[in-house]
Amino acid sequence: MLRHALRIAWKDLRIEVRSKEIFMTMAFFGALLVVIYSFAFPNDAAAIRGSVPGMLWVSLAFTGTIALGRAFDRERENDTMRALLLAPVPRLAVFVGKAIAMAALILGVAVVVVPLLALWMNAPLFAFPLELVVSIAAGAFGIAIIGSVFAATLLKARSRDVLLPVVLYPILLPLFVAGTKCTAGLVAEHPNLEAAHYWMSFLGIYDAAFLVLSLWVFESLVIE
Amino acid sequence: MNKLLVPVLCVLAAIGFVVSIYLVFFYTPLDFTIDHDSGRLVGTSLFFNETIMYFHVAHAFVLFTAVFIGGIASALYLWKRKPVWDDIAAATIDISVAFGAVVLATGSIWAKAAWDVWWQWEPRLTMSLLLWLILVGYVLVRKFAGPTADRVAAGMAIFGMVGVPFIYTMVGQDSHPGSGANGVAFTLKGPMVVTFWVSVATFMVWFAALVITRVQSTRLEREVRELRERALDLGVIE
Repeated sequence: MLRHALRIAWKDLRIEVRSKEIFMTMAFFGALLVVIYSFAFPNDAAAIRGSVPGMLWVSLAFTGTIALGRAFDRERENDTMRALLLAPVPRLAVFVGKAIAMAALILGVAVVVVPLLALWMNAPLFAFPLELVVSIAAGAFGIAIIGSVFAATLLKARSRDVLLPVVLYPILLPLFVAGTKCTAGLVAEHPNLEAAHYWMSFLGIYDAAFLVLSLWVFESLVIE
Repeated sequence: MNKLLVPVLCVLAAIGFVVSIYLVFFYTPLDFTIDHDSGRLVGTSLFFNETIMYFHVAHAFVLFTAVFIGGIASALYLWKRKPVWDDIAAATIDISVAFGAVVLATGSIWAKAAWDVWWQWEPRLTMSLLLWLILVGYVLVRKFAGPTADRVAAGMAIFGMVGVPFIYTMVGQDSHPGSGANGVAFTLKGPMVVTFWVSVATFMVWFAALVITRVQSTRLEREVRELRERALDLGVIE
């Protein structure tokens, strides 16, 4: 099953690597967000330490949802989602493959946006690079898992572009809170690694809980 | 019998509403003690403005009952695909939005009196707000998602049920008056017990009347839609 999943993920990523549509537009959008932040928030050092975790996770949320919507639109345009679901692979492989591709895409955008935040906002984001990367990866996977379920379910819905965040953000709220608190522990004047590790494990538990739930309900949600 | 059920429930709720208002304001004494050293009034955990509590907690009970039924019905709908479960889920969650709004509003009024702020990001409040946001999202999805709304909404209800408890462990200190088996509601004394349960029963009956009506109307809506689709297929109507 994992082989099928990886093949589906690879298919999605190859489309993206060839067109670069989502990556380039989202990276640019993320950069614009950082520019807006730099004018919207006070930029003395202490204030930046307080607000940069929020900027980081809001950027992830915004770029993540738009990327998700666009990526699943590709399957809708030629009605290929139906073909995928009819393919002789377990349906869960379709879900896992989609989630992996989405996580890779969100992480790709984060690779651009996070350094920009550190650079333009002059924020000490890379004081603990390992913790930062792990927490963002856990966040990206959480967004990708839950996002894939609902982007796939909303595929045929009217006004899916506005409904995706309406559905996703309330469910993802604990993830954003945990992520923000984790990053806040890392960039604080007196870094609080203990808190950061606690919130990282929280993100892990959250991801695991929703992965299990998604595996359970994905099939009955997308089947017509 | 069936035709009488909703009117009877409505009448019961109306009587209960008047009675519980009377009990709250004229029968139940306020909950405070007099501090002998200073000679001033000292509130208990309810800060002696608990008159609003009888409605606040009653609505919260209804809210959680409604959400519980709605969540179970959503799961059953995804599992069995019987439209009746979808009707029940849609009806209960629709109505729980209204009850949730009352819980948040009355809670805010109480908090302004007791804590001197309208809102505090404290676990129980945050959880209730998140729950309410998910309920509103559910209603929006049902209204605007078109033909596949039932599945999206059911998924949202199930994911929401798993997500809401997470937030409880995440924010701040719990400063809400106790609830649960050892909480305020189950350790009331004297006349407060009567008033409290009369008010809970009133709003439960009112909720039942609303849900039955709403389920019936949702079912009729669905039947009209299905008839219309069949008529379109047969070419009877344009």
